Amino acid sequence: MREYIRFLGRCFALSFIGDWRYRLWMLILTGIALVGLHSWSEQLVHGLITTGMTDQVSWGLYIANFTFLVGVAAAAAMMVIPVYIYHREELHDLVIFGELLAVAAIIMCLLFVTVDLGRPDRFMHILWRFNFPISMLAWDVIVLNVYLLLNLHICGYLIWCVYRKKKPSRAFYIPFVFIASVWAISIHTVTAFLYVGLGGRPFWNAAIIAPRFIASAFAAGPAIMILTLQVIRHYTKIKVLPGALAMLRRIVTVSLAINMFLLGSELFTEFYTQSAHVVSAKYLYFGLEGYSALVPWIWVSVFLDSLALLILFTPGARTVRWLNISCAAMIVGIWIEKGMGLIIPGFVPTPLGEIVEYKPTLNETLICLGIWAFGALIYTILVRVTVPVLTGRLTFDKDLPMDVADSPEPALIEKESLT
Amino acid sequence: MSSSEPKLDRRSFFRASLGAVGGLAALAAALEPLKDFDRSDLTLDQFLQKHYKEMNAEDMQKVLDRIEKEVEKRYDVRPEIRDVKPRDGVEFVYALNLGACIGCRRCVHACVAENNQSRDPEIQYIRVLEMPRGSIDIEEGNHHYERPKVPSPDHFYMPIQCQQCENPPCVKVCPVEATWQEPDGLTVIDYDWCIGCRYCEAACPYWARRFNFTEPSIPKDDLNPNMSYLSNRPRKQGVMEKCHFCLHRTREGRMPACLEVCPVGARKFGNIRDPESEVSKILKNKHVFVLKQEVGTHPRFFYYFDEDYGPAIHGEGR
Repeated sequence: MREYIRFLGRCFALSFIGDWRYRLWMLILTGIALVGLHSWSEQLVHGLITTGMTDQVSWGLYIANFTFLVGVAAAAAMMVIPVYIYHREELHDLVIFGELLAVAAIIMCLLFVTVDLGRPDRFMHILWRFNFPISMLAWDVIVLNVYLLLNLHICGYLIWCVYRKKKPSRAFYIPFVFIASVWAISIHTVTAFLYVGLGGRPFWNAAIIAPRFIASAFAAGPAIMILTLQVIRHYTKIKVLPGALAMLRRIVTVSLAINMFLLGSELFTEFYTQSAHVVSAKYLYFGLEGYSALVPWIWVSVFLDSLALLILFTPGARTVRWLNISCAAMIVGIWIEKGMGLIIPGFVPTPLGEIVEYKPTLNETLICLGIWAFGALIYTILVRVTVPVLTGRLTFDKDLPMDVADSPEPALIEKESLT
Repeated sequence: MSSSEPKLDRRSFFRASLGAVGGLAALAAALEPLKDFDRSDLTLDQFLQKHYKEMNAEDMQKVLDRIEKEVEKRYDVRPEIRDVKPRDGVEFVYALNLGACIGCRRCVHACVAENNQSRDPEIQYIRVLEMPRGSIDIEEGNHHYERPKVPSPDHFYMPIQCQQCENPPCVKVCPVEATWQEPDGLTVIDYDWCIGCRYCEAACPYWARRFNFTEPSIPKDDLNPNMSYLSNRPRKQGVMEKCHFCLHRTREGRMPACLEVCPVGARKFGNIRDPESEVSKILKNKHVFVLKQEVGTHPRFFYYFDEDYGPAIHGEGR
């Protein structure tokens, strides 16, 4: 126990140590997070009137980002499946970075829900009277928190074992790895059902939403991992085998293609039938009665997604640089499509046919940026602490490594010591 | 830190302290807006208050006393606040004669006055749509008609408020059971329990729910002191509210404010379990319809067209 507290203390100390680029990065993130905190304080005092939300469009950027990040969290842990089911060993050592990303993403999700609440001071009410299993939001609270705990356990246990130079006992983490990968699907399905279950909102009340959520998440999540792993490879001694990126590339390609197919099916149903359902989709893609705030956004998203898919399918573009362009394009594309592009049109027009557009205010945008910065801060710290442990530079019987740059050549990670 | 850690020399200690002080200062600056926070809303009593259904008579009395004091302090009016319970054998139903309604919006404003809604920004429970004749598709309705004189001969008017559904989606989705259906069919909200997630607002197919995006403001002279816990007591920032068929009146045998003010008698209200009530007769004899039948909510709010009906039995059954 004392050893564990010392471990946490050393991790804390370690998160302050780094070269100037690391410090500058951390300083900027902290600054943005504090600006976000300032904006949230404003919102707590004056209420959600500081946001662009109204009774007509009663969810906005917060819930949009929440939805996107649930997907990221789900997909990050899905790297487990190729490793354990198809025995793709090249991803083996990297799974832990996916799970750490899941931890950071879930924390951001919980923050986005918290800032969306009108009365965060009453959050405890969820413990005294919990509308389970009727309310999908109650399900979401459970699946997200359990998912957070599962990933914390898996990552924490493995890192702790390596730190203690002990061999991790498979019984203590393998079952959880499998539960977590199934659970990953559940968090995204439940989040989709949050919207799908509302009969009064035809734009959401479609069975295809949940499968589309999963497909787009499996594109955006691994895309983020592809970019992140390269950053880790560049700045640390962690080895990312070329096969790993190739494997992720394959996952991303298939998922994005499925996502585009499902999107096409959805658009066909809406626009060919031309039933009353189509108004929200019309608003999103073409504008309605002169209101068209989302139109440029969604076409940018369609363009970016198509561009990403085109690059992935082009035989001549199988380089890491093209892969990175494609990943960046699809992350932004899916963020638009699954955030603003899914949430806002559900409210436009209102169930009574009124059209009120939503425009985020500066204050709520700053809160969103603050949460993203805070999430990035958490992920950076998690990686910062994990890397020296995995490379054997930080163990219970060694001094804190003071610098990243002039470190001794790290020992290769033992396969068994990781997920 | 253990002995294996790098030794703290004077310089690094100085730098660490400077960093810590700077960090705390930045944190304090970030939290600075909170000094304007209205702390009267964060008392231990309120934090520990139980859910409506878990309170016994004694608990409720304490809460009512507290609210009474709060209201008196804020509005200089001593309210008469109580917890009006539903009566046995009663199920409330509303019927609205679209043939009679002239779109004057008196119901909208009477409702605001009766139910202590915020005036700035103004929250209204009733939305009147101006519909072109020849359609009952609410998507065609004009929400913001402004005319020197109503009714316009080319239009009819459709007021929409909470439909008090038999199968309310808003109740289903609430994660903390802050809203529920009472035995007399009214869906109510415990304003002291709501966490303000607005899931119910997204779930409602009739756009009947309203959120307090900021602290409600009501001029002192306009406060209606006749209030009850589940209906028109003043709300706080960050919670939901909606029409409750004026339960503090209707459960005591009076009519809703929107009905009383209606100049043409387009609004009918009563107990559907009483076969002699006006609404029972209307439902039996008129061609009534409900809004958005396809969403399966089974509203307790019925519409019908009856051009000659108004004067004929106007005044009966009150």
